[in-house]
Amino acid sequence: MNMIFVLIGCSILLALIFLVAFFWAVRSGQHDDTYTPSVRILFDDELPGTEAEKSDEGYF
Amino acid sequence: MPAEKTFIIADHCFHCGEDITTGIYKSDDMKFCCLGCKTVYEILSKHNLSNYYIYNDIPGQTQQKQKLNLDYLDVKEIAEKLVDYQDENTSIITLFIPAIHCSSCIWLLEHLYQLQPAVLKSRIDFLKKQVTITFKNQEATLKEIIEMLVSIGYEPLISQQDVVKEKQGDKAERKLITKIAVAGFCFGNVMLLSFPDYFGLGNFEREFKDFFGWLNLAFSVPVVLYSGAGYFSSAWNNLKAKRLNLDFPLALGIAVMFIRTAYEILLHTGAGFADTLCGLIFFLLIGKWMQQRTFQHISFERDYRSYFPVAVTTLKNGAEISVPLSDLATGNRILVRSMEIIPADAILLKGEALIDFSFVTGESQPLKKVLGEVIYAGGRQLSGVLELEVLKPVSQSYLTQLWNNEAFVKPKNAIRTFSDTASKYFSIMLLSIAIGAAMFWMFSDPDKALASFTAVLIIACPCALALSSPFTLAAVISIFDKNGFYLKNNTVIEQMARTDTFVFDKTGTITSPDAAGMTFKGQISEEQEQLVSDLARNSSHPLSRELTKYLNRPAVWSADNYAEKIGRGISGKINGNDVKLGGSAFLGLPLSNSPEKTATHVMINDQYLGYFIIRQRWRKGLNEVLQKLGKRYSLHLLSGDRPHDKYDLITHFESGDQMLFEQSPQQKLDYLLKLQNSGKKTIMFGDGLNDSGALKQSDLGIAVTDNINNFTPGCDAVLDGGSFEKIPQFIQQSKDAVKVIHMSFAISLSYNLIGLFFAVQGILSPLIAAVLMPLSTITIIVFTTTAVRAFAHKNRLL
Repeated sequence: MNMIFVLIGCSILLALIFLVAFFWAVRSGQHDDTYTPSVRILFDDELPGTEAEKSDEGYF
Repeated sequence: MPAEKTFIIADHCFHCGEDITTGIYKSDDMKFCCLGCKTVYEILSKHNLSNYYIYNDIPGQTQQKQKLNLDYLDVKEIAEKLVDYQDENTSIITLFIPAIHCSSCIWLLEHLYQLQPAVLKSRIDFLKKQVTITFKNQEATLKEIIEMLVSIGYEPLISQQDVVKEKQGDKAERKLITKIAVAGFCFGNVMLLSFPDYFGLGNFEREFKDFFGWLNLAFSVPVVLYSGAGYFSSAWNNLKAKRLNLDFPLALGIAVMFIRTAYEILLHTGAGFADTLCGLIFFLLIGKWMQQRTFQHISFERDYRSYFPVAVTTLKNGAEISVPLSDLATGNRILVRSMEIIPADAILLKGEALIDFSFVTGESQPLKKVLGEVIYAGGRQLSGVLELEVLKPVSQSYLTQLWNNEAFVKPKNAIRTFSDTASKYFSIMLLSIAIGAAMFWMFSDPDKALASFTAVLIIACPCALALSSPFTLAAVISIFDKNGFYLKNNTVIEQMARTDTFVFDKTGTITSPDAAGMTFKGQISEEQEQLVSDLARNSSHPLSRELTKYLNRPAVWSADNYAEKIGRGISGKINGNDVKLGGSAFLGLPLSNSPEKTATHVMINDQYLGYFIIRQRWRKGLNEVLQKLGKRYSLHLLSGDRPHDKYDLITHFESGDQMLFEQSPQQKLDYLLKLQNSGKKTIMFGDGLNDSGALKQSDLGIAVTDNINNFTPGCDAVLDGGSFEKIPQFIQQSKDAVKVIHMSFAISLSYNLIGLFFAVQGILSPLIAAVLMPLSTITIIVFTTTAVRAFAHKNRLL
């Protein structure tokens, strides 16, 4: 049953990592504007044919 | 594009959606209402930015407006003040752009680099209507960047008073969110670690009990010392000021809970209240966050500085130089163009002055000024270029002196809200019950004395009570928001519910500035109106344009022998008739024939027909609003205008004494002070700079505006002109909100009573506390939001 001490330690450590990640997100301003990114993500990349060099073709 | 879109293009401007009156502006088969819209379209399509028109149907704003003079942006001191950051290569500037309104705006403004290669990056904050642009300052000047924004129809608002929101607010909110995160994180973990205790640990698991207890204690330390620290300092500050507010019992509860938890765990006497403690602080902070959320896009603290221009064009030895407004000195020669604002009290030296003072004095009709006359600062020149000599520095002018009044210096007295008053009695009751319980047990069972004392303080910790007001008021604010009524903070609602005296400004507040119409005094036939319209069409004078708009007739005949005497009148031969329009002197009429200064007289074939004057139109629903309010409250009218409308309105006011005309800004402020000194709770509705003093002095100042992006004077709330008719509903809703707060106080008190029943007997188990606290909190949140919505339905606000 001593395993439980280790498991609890691990779970708290994991939770702490997420908490720190959240602090980082807040500090870097990700929560200052909660609306604009939701619109921004819906924009298409450049229309095909207009600026092809900017598309994701390079990844293939 | 789908087929139905071509239907829209047929009648309306492809860019801004305005009706097309002339069909001459065309580009790529698209029709536009004006050259401005067409230019924007062409710029965008040239730079592969036509996607702008894909995300929304008609994303643009009408471009039918005056060109701006941006020369002042080349002045180094001004430019330096505007940018956020600057080094040799890059500059960063944050601009407030009122035109931002849809996703196409975001798309376009974040693709500025395609238009102007010097732009490295542009980011939008949609809710604040701000764009932050990073650009290479070697390749483009600030003026070029702003000119580019203007050319695509996104004109930034640049004023002396910073319109760009300070980052301070963000910092405070970030800190609160961090505190909530810490409290939430610890709350969750403590709950998990406390579960075995709730279900009863078997002998086998005893060994974990101490371990879990220690962990719980460790988790509650940051919650108390970091997340809950604000409650201790607030309670202490209030105690020092000899006030008892809700933070006192909260801080006491937190402290007692923490000490008892530590005591029980360290001495192995029990499980402690770590779960209740963390939950309490977590919920409290969420309530605080609700309370702090305000409208990011509306500024409530504006003064004359954000109405006046940033810079003025001065004339030095015949050359035009832009000078920051604060550097303007007595004796400077200044140039004021059409639609610009007179920045300081000045003497008119050259030009035809027709000045709109409606925002400054409340005067509804533009005034003509002759050479040598003094023009007060704040008026807007309507036609032509003026040359003036400055008499007084900006801060000393007739208008701006108002801001030296003490009403602007001392902060408004904070009202004692219901929750302030109630919490005082609550704290006293709580302490006496706790001491009473301790005394009772002291004699019979001394062990239980301390237990019951601390238990009372723990269970009666007024968490639900503290959340009643923020949640109710936040719900009301969001309902008002949907109806075009924006509050500065939530005490405004309680203040509104207590009001008994309403004071209205006239021009722009109960009249609608856009809908100003004209009326004709005299006799005129339809054919004659057609002649007048055809003549007036030739002139660019504001009154002529207003007249053409009002007559709303198609162009039929052109004018022969057309002549315009600047500032006096126009004449011409229309279809063989001699038509003359203008002031009485121009038509050779006796001066007594001119009752209104801005009347446009009409003479056809030497026969005098009468005159046109601009008439104010009342806001929609004004009569109903005044009738409803007049039944229960006392109404007053404070106008800077002349009393020509007095008899239209007098039926709504108890007596003529409560209708004051030709009031200066200072007199308005004094009138409010007089009402307050006689014990009245006042609410002032105003719109212009001349109401600023009264808005500030009154218990509640509400600025009425037809476009919330326009300038509004400093106030407690901004009301959209279109919602003017809902004022009685808003008042009723705020009264209902106070009722909801009362009811939720009753509910949370009954929860406290149940808890006290266990606590005074000294048998409060951690489990009861852990169930009761979240249960009461959730009840309050659900109750307040549903009750507020139910009342809003009743008041027809939803």
